[in-house]
Amino acid sequence: MNWHTIYFLLFSLAACGFALAVVFSSNIVRMAFYLVLSLGATAGLFFLAGADFIGAMQLLIYVGGTLVLLVFGVMLTAQSPFISMKTHSGDWILAAIVGGSLFAVLVQAAFSISQWQAGSSSNDPAIVAAPTTTTVGEGLLGLRVDALSKASTLQQTGVLSGYLLPFEIVSVHLLVVLIGAAYLARAKRRKLVQMAET
Amino acid sequence: MNLLAEPIGVSHYLVVGAVLFVCGAVCMATKRNALGVLMGIELVLNGANLNFIAFGSRVLHADGQASIGLDGQLIALFVIVLAAAEAAVALAITLNFYNNHSTVDVDRADELKG
Repeated sequence: MNWHTIYFLLFSLAACGFALAVVFSSNIVRMAFYLVLSLGATAGLFFLAGADFIGAMQLLIYVGGTLVLLVFGVMLTAQSPFISMKTHSGDWILAAIVGGSLFAVLVQAAFSISQWQAGSSSNDPAIVAAPTTTTVGEGLLGLRVDALSKASTLQQTGVLSGYLLPFEIVSVHLLVVLIGAAYLARAKRRKLVQMAET
Repeated sequence: MNLLAEPIGVSHYLVVGAVLFVCGAVCMATKRNALGVLMGIELVLNGANLNFIAFGSRVLHADGQASIGLDGQLIALFVIVLAAAEAAVALAITLNFYNNHSTVDVDRADELKG
């Protein structure tokens, strides 16, 4: 049992435990706090898997952006009847049956392929310590540094396996979505002012 | 299937991702608060992200060769961005619903029933 295994157990127990706490807590404010901790532990798992840039983005965008948005939503709607809403026991039973069977299928699938169970080669420090920020950034610009040895496939098939077009699409999508969200959530005062004037 | 005896591989990450996914699905099914349903969606997307990272990781594969390589990390990045966009729109819809109906109970959102 090396340090990699110990850190993996620590982060995975935190992620799973706080996710279960999100499910079984009925207080919406505590659910938001548990979700922050669960997503932070998942960022730790990303770092352990060698995806340092994605782990940092998880902390920045998810924990720092999306969850702040959710906490604002919780604060804006936190009135006493909505903070703690009880679920009917019939819903719990149905969700437990569906969730348990889904979990059984997923775990069975995770162990069904023997190549996935092959152990880690984390004793090779060159593989573990290789930073991925440059390769991810150039992959987003359409240049696959990690696939340069497969450059002959580019000449044969004419397919560039970069992500420039999805990157542009997701950028415009994010802009449109944020404008639309600001339009949807705006305060509707103007109509009242006009009605008061007339 | 002795999890603790063998070194950390893709299967371990898949199990953690499955736990997060099922927690998110149960959370989406049982919460009555609309923001609780949103938190369930975040958990589901996070479990999917963990699977992408595990499949693309070079550390977790025995021969050092990743099965899908950098594609896993790039797709995970897109999922994070789309989750941020989804959270913004869903929060705007929830706040609009709260302004109009003075509640965030999803059981009360039944105006479109046939």
